[in-house]
Amino acid sequence: MGLLSKKDAALIKDPLFDNNPVTIQVLGICSALAITAELEASIVMAIAVLFVLGIGNVLISLMRNIIPSKIRIIVQLVVVATLVIIVDLVLKAYAYELSKTLSVFVGLIITNCIIMGRFEAFALANSPWQSFLDGIGNAAGYGIILVMVGFFRELLGAGTLLGIPVLGDPIEKTGLYALGYENNGFMLLAPMALITLGIIIWAQRSRNKALIED
Amino acid sequence: MEKRTDKNSYTILFAIGMVIVVGSLLAFAAAGFKDRIDENKRIEKQLNILYAMGVNENEGNDMSFVSKDKVGGEFSKYITKQLIIQGDEITEDENAYLLDLKKEHNLAKDPKHERRLPLLIGEKEGVIYYIAPIRGKGLWDAIWAYVAMDKDMVILGAFFDHKGETAGLGANINQRFFMDDFIGEHLMDSNGAFKGVNVSKSNADPKNIDKTDNEVDAIAGATITGNGVAAMIKSELKLYVSYFKNLKN
Repeated sequence: MGLLSKKDAALIKDPLFDNNPVTIQVLGICSALAITAELEASIVMAIAVLFVLGIGNVLISLMRNIIPSKIRIIVQLVVVATLVIIVDLVLKAYAYELSKTLSVFVGLIITNCIIMGRFEAFALANSPWQSFLDGIGNAAGYGIILVMVGFFRELLGAGTLLGIPVLGDPIEKTGLYALGYENNGFMLLAPMALITLGIIIWAQRSRNKALIED
Repeated sequence: MEKRTDKNSYTILFAIGMVIVVGSLLAFAAAGFKDRIDENKRIEKQLNILYAMGVNENEGNDMSFVSKDKVGGEFSKYITKQLIIQGDEITEDENAYLLDLKKEHNLAKDPKHERRLPLLIGEKEGVIYYIAPIRGKGLWDAIWAYVAMDKDMVILGAFFDHKGETAGLGANINQRFFMDDFIGEHLMDSNGAFKGVNVSKSNADPKNIDKTDNEVDAIAGATITGNGVAAMIKSELKLYVSYFKNLKN
């Protein structure tokens, strides 16, 4: 990448794969389990976190020299909460049905450990540009996993992707269903999100043995 | 040496400044989006009301509202009259469906206040639907419903929704397998007294063939939400009984 120095590029690339916040650091699991029953909700959640973490990291980084250390966690919370409320308002105004699907989970972005974690561990000590890259990278790493889990859960659980039937019609028995295939409703429940996530973690670590902890 | 940002006075000033900036920013944002959000809520109400009276695009087991672009036209086509009932006084009000039920609940705590009840009258294929918007309590937060009845208080259709019931359990009250069970249920018992519809866990009629037993099958794992639905129907629809009695005379 000519645009970014090697160090900057690593800020974006590392969290996507070898230092993924979900599969390696095991952060942000609650929302990964809760909203991934549908691909669409996963994508929107990923975008919302991208927005909050990207901007939040920059804001915290800009203020890093003036934030009183005694109340820095409170300041971080206020920044996240403000951004989340704005995301929530925008969704309610422009994507009302979606905001109903996501309902409480948008509020839960505030408690997403990835966000507070990046503020505290990175943005407080680095320049705004690097913090922005770090925020985007981590949010994208989170988003990739969310979309992967959402893809498999919606496909195997409901036979649809983004609400469009892709495996045929389960009632008319067309497509795959004509061969006796059935949707697995279990995939839509939270436990299967955990198992899907487990399989992703397993696949990732068997590809790259260096990631296996003792 | 103590850093400037470690001083107590600085910390307090920073906190105050932050609150002022963030507070005004959010106030502006909320005010800016208010109109659009209110409009979305209004459309949602219209969709739900039409759904309750069977104006929807359900196919097979799917559940689907009429499209958003058409809702305004469909609403004025099917809803012929909107009433506000206050005691014996019945007034027409073309925005009766927007009446804030939460506010009415709170006002009704004052015994001197006579509750205002919204009632919408719709007509589809020669059948008259009386649709009552009601509101109650679930496990975590508010639940509400639009119940369409005929003049004998037999349910013709219902739409339930909730603010924050448990996903996969209580949240399923807005799914068809639960809502469709209410269709055809009688709100009166065989003696003509108001009984409501119980959401029952010990239902002897899980296939819901007997429509006069004042019972539908509960959702497993959603006891309190189900009880909330039954309580809401019982206490809220009861208020409409005198209107329906007068209708017959």
